[in-house]
Amino acid sequence: MTATGLLARLGRQVLAALAAIGRVALFAIDAVSHLLRPPFYFKEFWQAVLHIGYFSLPMVGLTALFTGGALALQIYAGGARFSAEAVVPSIVAIGMARELGPVLGGLMVAARVASSIAAEIGTMKVTEQIDALTTLSTHPMKYLTAPRLLAATLSVPVLVAVGDSIGIFGGYLVGVNRLGFNPATYLQNTRDFLEFWDIASGLWKGAAFGFIVALMGCYYGMNSGRGAQGVGRATKSAVVAASVLILATNYLLTEMFFTS
Amino acid sequence: MITLSNVHKSFGKNHVLRGVNLTIPKGESMVIIGGSGTGKSILLKCILGLVHPDSGKITVDGQDADTAARDAFLARFGMLFQGGALFDSLPVWQNVSFRLLRGSLKRPKAEAREIAIEKLRRVGLKPETADLFPAELSGGMQKRVGLARAIAAEPEIIFFDEPTTGLDPIMAGVINELIREIVTEIGATAMAITHDMSSVRAIADRVAMLHDGVIQWTGPVSKMDATPDPYVQQFINGRAEGPIEAVR
Repeated sequence: MTATGLLARLGRQVLAALAAIGRVALFAIDAVSHLLRPPFYFKEFWQAVLHIGYFSLPMVGLTALFTGGALALQIYAGGARFSAEAVVPSIVAIGMARELGPVLGGLMVAARVASSIAAEIGTMKVTEQIDALTTLSTHPMKYLTAPRLLAATLSVPVLVAVGDSIGIFGGYLVGVNRLGFNPATYLQNTRDFLEFWDIASGLWKGAAFGFIVALMGCYYGMNSGRGAQGVGRATKSAVVAASVLILATNYLLTEMFFTS
Repeated sequence: MITLSNVHKSFGKNHVLRGVNLTIPKGESMVIIGGSGTGKSILLKCILGLVHPDSGKITVDGQDADTAARDAFLARFGMLFQGGALFDSLPVWQNVSFRLLRGSLKRPKAEAREIAIEKLRRVGLKPETADLFPAELSGGMQKRVGLARAIAAEPEIIFFDEPTTGLDPIMAGVINELIREIVTEIGATAMAITHDMSSVRAIADRVAMLHDGVIQWTGPVSKMDATPDPYVQQFINGRAEGPIEAVR
């Protein structure tokens, strides 16, 4: 391939990527505008809260529990190199609240929820249920996207808060039972070093990640191709895009929150 | 009355509709025939505003389909989709009374359920069906539920997209009869698209044949068999030889 051909190919790919970003941005603006205008579908919203928030609790909780435990072991082993084993409770708490709680929670929800939203809406599209909604005077963005977007934005921070608590508890269990920490001292250290903003920043991240997860699920579902293959591709793309966006957004939010 | 004037629609290089002109008088039942992929469904979706034509004009009782207030415009229509397009997450009765549970036609829940059961009975389904989910129904039952949903709000205009596709001949006959009865009963304007000739003969007052993106022939169903139009003759007699190229 000549240098010109290579450049042309690169240019086409950049343009395609920019066009895709534009389409997602327009979709997001449209979805948010539907969130703000009546009619509001409360029943669909509560169902989405149950599906996205409540039913994700076991998975997020288990992930956080094991992560908190592993984190305690790692920090203990690492801290031992410079006689700083005592930092385990505070680093576990800060690490869970600021980073691991929201990021792992977000990724777990992306795997579980973005895929199911994309598959559900994608199937609705290929079986003409979306067209049927329109002919029944119901706007698909308002009925399908807006409730899921709001539900995910509000419920993922709650999931993160629960995940943080369980993760810290996982660290406590390992710290006390495996590493020989005094239970009262462990809890005291956790409380002393954990600041309000450590927790609040994680919750804000959770809200952003929830928004991303629902947005990607709905976007790829609504733009699903034909047939089973189209729905499969939409599902995969939703999970991949949500995961990458979560990690990128996490970096940007960390920059914004913790560097002055 | 539904009027289509010089309607064009392309998807990339594929010019599906190349200037469709058609009039469907009020209270009549028009059936559009034509081979697979000739744009029959697109034509129907253009009228409903699900697909926007590239050019041309579509009016319903003089009201421009593109500029009309969407909710009020769509409230005049009922549609039976090819695969039923029932909402999997809702029980049958909520599918049937979907329009009556929200929006401008909203009724109390109990009343909406009553209407749903009555419409289900009208299409030959027992009240027990009301609480089942679409996945628990056979193909024929799903079509009936789709039909019940299409007539639930007593629309002025009903569209049928391939109403008998995927059904056995007996069930297809039952659905055809139901469509004919219901359309006559509520005095609706009906438009169906199909390539099932038994449907055409059972449902249609008038027939239009879509081929190469234009209406090749239109006339009363009683004159369809006698028309010398070679396209219609090839299609209704299912001949491989003729002006319509069959892809083999």
